[in-house]
Amino acid sequence: MSILTEVELLRRIPLFSNIDTSRLKLLAFTSERLTFENGAILFREGDRGDSAYLILTGKVDISVGSPNGDVLVASVGANNIVGEMSLLCEIPRSATVTAAEPLDTLRIKKDQFFGLLRDLPQMTLEIMRELALRLNNVNRELSAAHAKLRAAGLE
Amino acid sequence: MATTHQSLYGYIWQHSRRDQLVILSIALAAQPFYFLTLTLPKLIINGPIQGEGFESPTATQNFMRFVVGFPEWLGSQWTLLEGIPLDRTSYLFALSLAFLALVGFNGFLKYLINTMKGRLGERLLRRLRYDLIDRVLRFPPSHLRKSKQSEIASMVKDEVEPLGGFSGDAVVWPVFLAGQALTALIFILVQSFWLGLVSAVVVLGQAIIIPRLRRPILQLGKMRQLQARELAGRVGEIVDGGADIRVHGTSNWERADIVRRLGRIFDIRFELYQRKYFVKSLNNFMAQMTPFIFYAAGGYFVITGQLDVGQLVAVIVAYKDLPGPIKELIDWDLQRQDVQIKYDQVMDQFQPDGMTPPERHAPATDPRSPLAAIELKNVTAIDDAGFTLLDDVDLALPLNQTVAVTGPGGCGKEALGQLFARQISIKTGTVKAGDDDFFALSESTASRCIAYAGPESYFFPVNLTENLLYGLKQNPRDGAASERSRREAVRAGNPAFDAEADWLDYEALGTRDPKIILERLVDVLTMVDLESDVYQFGLQSRLNPKVSAEATDRIVEARIALRERLAAPDAANLVEHFDPKTYNRNASIAENILFGASTDPIMQPHNLTSLPHFQRVVAEEGLEQHLVAMGQSIAETMLELFRDFPPDHPFFDEFSFIPSSELPVYQQIMKRAKTSGLTYPDRAKLSVLPLRYIEARHRLGLITPDIRERLLATRRTFAETLPANLKPLISFYEEGKYNAAASIQDNILLGRVSYGVAQANERVNVLIREVLDKLDVRDLIIEAGLAFHAGVGGKRLTTGQRQKLGLARALIKDPQLLVVNGALANLDDQQKTNIVDRVLKHRAGKATIWVLTKDDLADRFDRVLVFEHGRLAADRQQTLREAAQ
Repeated sequence: MSILTEVELLRRIPLFSNIDTSRLKLLAFTSERLTFENGAILFREGDRGDSAYLILTGKVDISVGSPNGDVLVASVGANNIVGEMSLLCEIPRSATVTAAEPLDTLRIKKDQFFGLLRDLPQMTLEIMRELALRLNNVNRELSAAHAKLRAAGLE
Repeated sequence: MATTHQSLYGYIWQHSRRDQLVILSIALAAQPFYFLTLTLPKLIINGPIQGEGFESPTATQNFMRFVVGFPEWLGSQWTLLEGIPLDRTSYLFALSLAFLALVGFNGFLKYLINTMKGRLGERLLRRLRYDLIDRVLRFPPSHLRKSKQSEIASMVKDEVEPLGGFSGDAVVWPVFLAGQALTALIFILVQSFWLGLVSAVVVLGQAIIIPRLRRPILQLGKMRQLQARELAGRVGEIVDGGADIRVHGTSNWERADIVRRLGRIFDIRFELYQRKYFVKSLNNFMAQMTPFIFYAAGGYFVITGQLDVGQLVAVIVAYKDLPGPIKELIDWDLQRQDVQIKYDQVMDQFQPDGMTPPERHAPATDPRSPLAAIELKNVTAIDDAGFTLLDDVDLALPLNQTVAVTGPGGCGKEALGQLFARQISIKTGTVKAGDDDFFALSESTASRCIAYAGPESYFFPVNLTENLLYGLKQNPRDGAASERSRREAVRAGNPAFDAEADWLDYEALGTRDPKIILERLVDVLTMVDLESDVYQFGLQSRLNPKVSAEATDRIVEARIALRERLAAPDAANLVEHFDPKTYNRNASIAENILFGASTDPIMQPHNLTSLPHFQRVVAEEGLEQHLVAMGQSIAETMLELFRDFPPDHPFFDEFSFIPSSELPVYQQIMKRAKTSGLTYPDRAKLSVLPLRYIEARHRLGLITPDIRERLLATRRTFAETLPANLKPLISFYEEGKYNAAASIQDNILLGRVSYGVAQANERVNVLIREVLDKLDVRDLIIEAGLAFHAGVGGKRLTTGQRQKLGLARALIKDPQLLVVNGALANLDDQQKTNIVDRVLKHRAGKATIWVLTKDDLADRFDRVLVFEHGRLAADRQQTLREAAQ
């Protein structure tokens, strides 16, 4: 699979959907193609994150720790990105991600991603727009939830 | 400067008196012979050639007749030798041969004198240089901190150099010249008293005025010397501080400073020239004054009949011999003053107060007596700035405890540590080791009994083993140095030490077995957490198969074992092996073609294009057009990806195949590719690009099956048609054979760690270690690692590694008292704790003083000293139980 295929896959990620092909190509070129064996851990909850993984083929399990051991929260397959929050801010990983099948990924490092944003304002604007949309969605969901709670007389 | 140094002449006379006198007597003894060579031609021409004394054909003259003439009143002459009677032709040949012999003999004497002078000068220079360096070795620590090494180097190396050339002429030359001048003067005086007096007055005038005029020149010379020395110092700073200058962007500020200094040196030197040539022309003028007087006054006397012409001519002829020696004498005096100033200037810098007396550095003669308990009484110490380091400290240290010294930074604990290393001196109070003054202990006793590791250890540019064992080379050993070199050293006042000898103190090590010494080294390296670093150095180093054939065999064994291990399912895909028949996706195109390792720069993958053999093979295999095509593809991608980035963006270094400065060039090339077609240089520029391309890493999909086959064919042809002169430069990768040009790690892998497998490098490292441990080749790798060169000042090591190595160097001495003073400051807490624990365990029952940077490790020690504002605020003994908690 060459870089062009990777670009196609990157395009399907909402965060990158509006970005130029040549920019995505650069993102792919500066990223690392990494394979994981079944059961290998991509990152652990609480680790300091420095990269996101675009899953090209295979499936990962996302789990969070609880007093009763790790609890599987979700399984995510190809064309999804995990750990993307760490591209934008330094927060500890919120979950552990494990390869559930032999995995082929594109590892996007924060430093490289920032390097792109610093010098390509157009790309930064696209990312901001995407984040604003997400925030808007979250706000809307939050107020809907508030409304539900109020209706149920719980607040 | 409290003490004054010996004068230049005192120094020269004291150390070369005998040689000077010998040379002087040879020079004097040579004079009659010299005189004979001058008179012989006259004899030859007048005698046998013109026939004087051979008026009759059978006439003979006595050859070698030697007659000494006396003034009449002593009774005419005295014949020493009658000589052999010879006819005219024989007499001619006899005289000519005698002339030849005399010339030869004179030449020989001259050669003898010159070599003796040279030897004398070199010996004196050697002695002076040694004296200076000896002084540096005895400088008090505070003075060493203030000294600039490049200035000292410039003084020892360059500034005293003229002294060597001068000292040979210091006595002989002036005696000689003065003699010549005096003879000429006396001759003139005899011819005509008044004219003689006139020349004497002029000469005297020259001798008084010229040196006076030269005084400012000497002052300027002094300034020039100081400026040049400071320049050397600044150059040293620019080199040492190079990194910081870049970081702060002050290179232009440094340039400005250099410009100013060079300007000052130029001004001084130019003024020097002006004055020098003025004095020179004045000197010449004065020398011509005398003939003027001779012509004018002498001529007048002749006209008026007070002097006859013959006398005047004789005076003028005699005077010809006077200015030469006078001028040279004045020049010699100038040189003398110049050397004198240089000497004074240098010696002033090597006379600091508080130098260690030489006796204290004398090699140990005493048996290895142990150090007695150390006791500090009312000790106060201040630093250079007058800040109190230690304030009235009383402390008794029996040498059987582990002692932690704690307190906030700058509380005096660091000074206490330095005190035990005698790095600071005390102002008041006493420090005693038993009954002896601690500061008066001989260097060999103190350094044998006490080992010190401070925060900044210096390392020498030798390998790690030698750096580790550095502290065990205190006492001179006899080696195979020749008697001649020993004698010569002593004649130049140098000690008869032999640096070729093995100075290692095996007695202190307790063994001579290299295996046990290696074990000991590994032990201390493990103790300070440096073993794995050294192990890595070892893996990255090259072995010389000629030296250690057995070792290389083991590495090949390890290669096979690793290969088996890598075949296991959990490790598959970690490494792509070098196989002559397949293309390695994890190596660059250039590496794939070269398919071998080389230590020669011309055979490195990135230099391949400039290798004619490579160009030939590429052309033969028809690879060129493919390289150009791949180059176009890469150039296109690079232009697309990087066109919007500023030229200094880090991406260029990290990712781009084309440096930012070249992007426009390639833009033009690509434009031509689409329109007018590529020129020959274009094709060359494009074909360079793919050589760095690694399929697995760059993922541009350039290596199609067709290209792959072509590259493999190129690899084969490259090796098969390699010219004989290149063959020794490269070792091709071969299964089952050790590759001398590759590192140990590359030899074990014989392949490339795959890109794109998560944590492949770490996992491969673990596997390599496992394999090597199983084969028991650890020692071999460690030994190779210990051969790692520390670099100038240990700069090839990180700060942390240097600190650990400093501690290891102290530990290997197994001293009676170990003093650790902030030696682990740059390590993280976990490492620090581990190292303290291991070292304390190793030192159980032996005295250790540890100045801690953080107090939380204090509970591991028998005794804790707490310092505050230079005072000993608390002194607690901890019972073992407490310590264990």
